[in-house]
Amino acid sequence: MLNYILRRLLILIPILIFISLFIFVIIKLTPGDPALVLLGERATEQALNQTRIKYGLDQPLHIQYFKMMENFFKGDLKSINYKQNVISVIINRLPATLELGAAALVIAIIVSIPAGIISAIKRNSVFDYISMSIALLGISIPVFYTGIILMYIFAVKLNWLPASGYGGHIWTTEGFKYFILPAISLSFVLMASTTRLTRSSILEVIQEDYIRTARAKGVKEKSVILIHAFKNALVPIVTNIGNQVAGIFAGAVLTETVFAWPGVGRLAVNAIFRRDEPLVFGCVIFLSAVYVIVNLIVDLVYTLINPQITYD
Amino acid sequence: MISKYLIVLLGFNLLTLIFSLSKATNNQDNLISYLIFALLTLALGFLINKVRKTNQTDSNIQTTSNLTWKKLKRNKNAVFGLIIIIILVYISILAPFIMPHDPLEMNWGKTIQKPSLEHWFGTDEFGRDIFSRAIYGVRIALGIGLLAVVLNTLLGTFLGLIAGYYGGRVDNLIMRAIEMWNSIPFILMAIALIAALGTGLLNLILVVSITGIMQFARVIRSSVLGLKKADYVLAAKVMGIPDRQIIIRHILPNCIAPIIVLATLRIGEMILTIAGLSFLGLGIQPPMPALGSMLSSGQQYISENLMMSIVPGTMILLIVFAFNLLGDGLRDALDSKLSN
Repeated sequence: MLNYILRRLLILIPILIFISLFIFVIIKLTPGDPALVLLGERATEQALNQTRIKYGLDQPLHIQYFKMMENFFKGDLKSINYKQNVISVIINRLPATLELGAAALVIAIIVSIPAGIISAIKRNSVFDYISMSIALLGISIPVFYTGIILMYIFAVKLNWLPASGYGGHIWTTEGFKYFILPAISLSFVLMASTTRLTRSSILEVIQEDYIRTARAKGVKEKSVILIHAFKNALVPIVTNIGNQVAGIFAGAVLTETVFAWPGVGRLAVNAIFRRDEPLVFGCVIFLSAVYVIVNLIVDLVYTLINPQITYD
Repeated sequence: MISKYLIVLLGFNLLTLIFSLSKATNNQDNLISYLIFALLTLALGFLINKVRKTNQTDSNIQTTSNLTWKKLKRNKNAVFGLIIIIILVYISILAPFIMPHDPLEMNWGKTIQKPSLEHWFGTDEFGRDIFSRAIYGVRIALGIGLLAVVLNTLLGTFLGLIAGYYGGRVDNLIMRAIEMWNSIPFILMAIALIAALGTGLLNLILVVSITGIMQFARVIRSSVLGLKKADYVLAAKVMGIPDRQIIIRHILPNCIAPIIVLATLRIGEMILTIAGLSFLGLGIQPPMPALGSMLSSGQQYISENLMMSIVPGTMILLIVFAFNLLGDGLRDALDSKLSN
């Protein structure tokens, strides 16, 4: 087990090197002079040259790459826009995104797993039909559309909640108000796909022999479903949730834009728009690393829920 | 022998054509619409004839396509999705004739109007007709979505076939590359690529179609791995048939089912992605009406005119919903494992 974790962590190194090279090439392919973007159209040639030298833009490409990597790992890579260390800029924005993602995940799990189980037990009932229709709509709706509609109903019309912005951490009362709308709209996609998957995997498991055995033994129906069936249906559900973490990320960029949320997703998008090369570089590497590590954690969770899987 | 469906279809298409001719103004867009419409009529006629023929064959002989069609017809959701798609395709091809107003025409005297008889869903911040823009937006979204999916399918299938068939080092290389590709959050990569290549329709299609190939390659690869060991493939190998031919003749036709299902489900995803990029201002550029960017300006005027958000948003929802319904139905009909 420890061996496996170690191996996976070691694979991270070539992956991150590849990503850094890839993003560096993309950054350098992007048309436009960063110095010009920074100083504006009316900058003199001398000022432009000074800026280029200051940020090392006059060096050959491979030296620029190594310099960027070196600075990134030393923690010296400075954002052009924020005049601050890239890592500290990202870490400042990180809590907002992580809390939003976690809140969305929790909402999705709380709603979708019970809904999926009930749909499976009462197959072809009205509840099943309605929840499956909502789920199908949920995977088809753009995350920003959900956001706008929720914003209209609860912020513009009813005036119950703030329309956009960030009010502090989720555990403060003021901050919590700001969290409700973005978290719900972000959770929608995950909710829909998890409900569908929970239903189908419970339906699959319920036909197995051990469920019949459990019922024949006289185990209560409640524990047949919750213990015997649900535990075995959990593997595909966890896989799906793990895969959807990527979806949450993509959704977070859009949700953060809709709700003017000061998160990492919007930071990265703005950095690309403003040609803040070091910040783009830092954001992509950082986010990719987080993403890969989350995937590793999901893989490890499998062993907990399904002892048949071992990584040796 | 012409089936009655064909007569109805041809009659309907002829009527729409006559109707649209009377409304036509001379521009390039109309010519394209006519051409696509004629092609669509031909294709549909061909399809109906074929389905009709397979239905007429001896009912004891059950071909795969026959069975699939029967299963699909029984699935109400899939048929519903298919009908929505057909309607949307008609609307988007005939958009220049259906639109009550020019989607680009601005009118500073009539900005942000509520729905009225003249403007069914009101006007936007430049006084443009929302309904016309939405119809044109559907046309663009469907066109780009379909093109991107075709590219995506070709690329993904190619990589999956090569990786699955050759195995070993080639497989390792392709799968590792796909894994690395996978570890960059998709939307960031799309945004960075578009920033590098520049905004534009062609770049948009390219970026969106390369960012989704991994799912494809993985699924195709796994089904090739199973097929590779089949007796007929071994026989073909023993007979000395070149690899390229084995892949095209013997392996590809057996992978068609997952390819069709994946491609149908991906159209929805593609359209969502393109709408998302347009929402961020990186997709289809103004003044061309794009559903995503319409939503983004709709959000700015959310308290003045809700129609600016609801119309484009619902259109995106409808397109993606229809393709998901059809894709689910196709999966149930084509995947023997699920349908049993």
